[in-house]
Amino acid sequence: MEPFKLIHPNDQHAAIASSGAANVKFIAGGTNLIDLMKLDIEKPAQLVDINSLKLQTIEALPNGSVRIGALVKNSDLAYHPVIVKNYPVLSEALLSGASPQLRNMATVGGNLLQRTRCPYFYDTSFPCNKRVPGSGCSAINGYNRNNAVLGTSTQCIATHPSDMCVAMAALGAIVHVEGLTGKRQIPFHEFHLLPEQTPQYETTLKHGELITAVELPPIRYSAKSHYLKVRDRHSYEFALASAAVALNVSNGRIEAARVALGGVGTKPWRSVEAEKALVGAAADEQSYRNAAEAALNGAKPFKDNAFKIELAKRTLVRALKTVGGMS
Amino acid sequence: MGNNLGISNTDDEEPSSNGTTRRDFLAQITYAGAGLTLVPLLAGTKDILPQAPPPNAETATINLTVNGQKHALNIDERTTLLDALRENLQMTGTKKGCDHGQCGACTVLINGRRVNSCLTFAAMCQGKEIITIEGLAKGDRLHPMQEAFIKHDAFQCGYCTPGQICSAVGLVNEGHVHNDADIHELMSGNICRCGAYQNIVDAIKEVQNIA
Repeated sequence: MEPFKLIHPNDQHAAIASSGAANVKFIAGGTNLIDLMKLDIEKPAQLVDINSLKLQTIEALPNGSVRIGALVKNSDLAYHPVIVKNYPVLSEALLSGASPQLRNMATVGGNLLQRTRCPYFYDTSFPCNKRVPGSGCSAINGYNRNNAVLGTSTQCIATHPSDMCVAMAALGAIVHVEGLTGKRQIPFHEFHLLPEQTPQYETTLKHGELITAVELPPIRYSAKSHYLKVRDRHSYEFALASAAVALNVSNGRIEAARVALGGVGTKPWRSVEAEKALVGAAADEQSYRNAAEAALNGAKPFKDNAFKIELAKRTLVRALKTVGGMS
Repeated sequence: MGNNLGISNTDDEEPSSNGTTRRDFLAQITYAGAGLTLVPLLAGTKDILPQAPPPNAETATINLTVNGQKHALNIDERTTLLDALRENLQMTGTKKGCDHGQCGACTVLINGRRVNSCLTFAAMCQGKEIITIEGLAKGDRLHPMQEAFIKHDAFQCGYCTPGQICSAVGLVNEGHVHNDADIHELMSGNICRCGAYQNIVDAIKEVQNIA
């Protein structure tokens, strides 16, 4: 690990003011960043420990939204009564990720910035455009069983690893950030970037901006939601495919739907196509299959991961059946 | 010899008239013994002994509260809590397995919650209550989870055991276990290469009073 300077501001403005220089990073839970520093993938010259900032609360706002502080731990969010009752998709997604120890450490803000687990990103002896821009992608012609089938480019096919983000994508969350020039709100679908020609850029967060909160806007039917994760082992494993769904079914017809996929995309994959296919349709298996076909319509398989396309479809169908029933 | 330091518990320790605790005394005689017997053997192998930070490192003086005792340490800021415990405080009960948060051998409790000490910088743990496997017993009285692990033979080689026990104590504190499946899921952050899983589940069930 490269040496770094560690500072511990206890005021948000001071934290932001100290983060503007190049190669400065905020650190909260540290579960991903310290791991990457040990591997010399991340080499910050200075770390700003933000754990003393007052970003630890979960609040129900008068407009019906829920505002989640960026430093709320994954386990605290997952077990929060409001989240369990009104946003089960988010609680289930959080509890399907990592291990209990890591969930006790990892924060909401950090989870938004989680890096890919593509093995070629992690192994510094291989070229990787995300790690060393312009060096090439080892996964495209390498062992790519765990890589993405949606949102890939000629430069990168790395899967986005987060479960939490898939649920937040389905819920249309809003990311609140603050920088030296002020505050702004980023809609979830605009927060993560597709790799395209510059896979080293993963989000629209600007350098020096601090994530302060994630807001869940009110959705009437978010209590009827579910996260289903399929993986190589039963627990403590990244997704091969996952689905976050919410459905509003009335008299056997789907009035509204939210769908996002994980484990298959280069970013948390909200599928507006699947949602369009569902709205107005009967809540039955054929509708769910049609939605799954629409969601994976643009999927591009690689040598070892073609199975993910059908797996993701079946995962989505099963998640929809669980929430919408089979009327 | 460093393991000798890990077995005493601090809670019940009364300093002696000259202010020396049993732990201090053990440390002194251990170091004295090491000085007499090991230094000649270790000549030329200094990389296995505690080292001064390299010249380009950022250092800090930090205060850690481990098992109720305060320690002031001058450390390289890169030092994880795991390495601070093992290398600086000679508390080797907490084990280093993968060092990447994948195996759970390094699990300790911080403010009552189980975490991976290998993915935590020591300098970020100031002002927090750190409990390691050495701090669970009260004097000679083992923690109920330690008793249960012995009763149910919940280990073979024992390397993962301190992490398993700390994790299990955290699990019980969290209060989300209702059945075997919950234990399987919520202990998945601790790997046991010997495969003692069923007995670990039995030990936890005993402490949790699940039939």
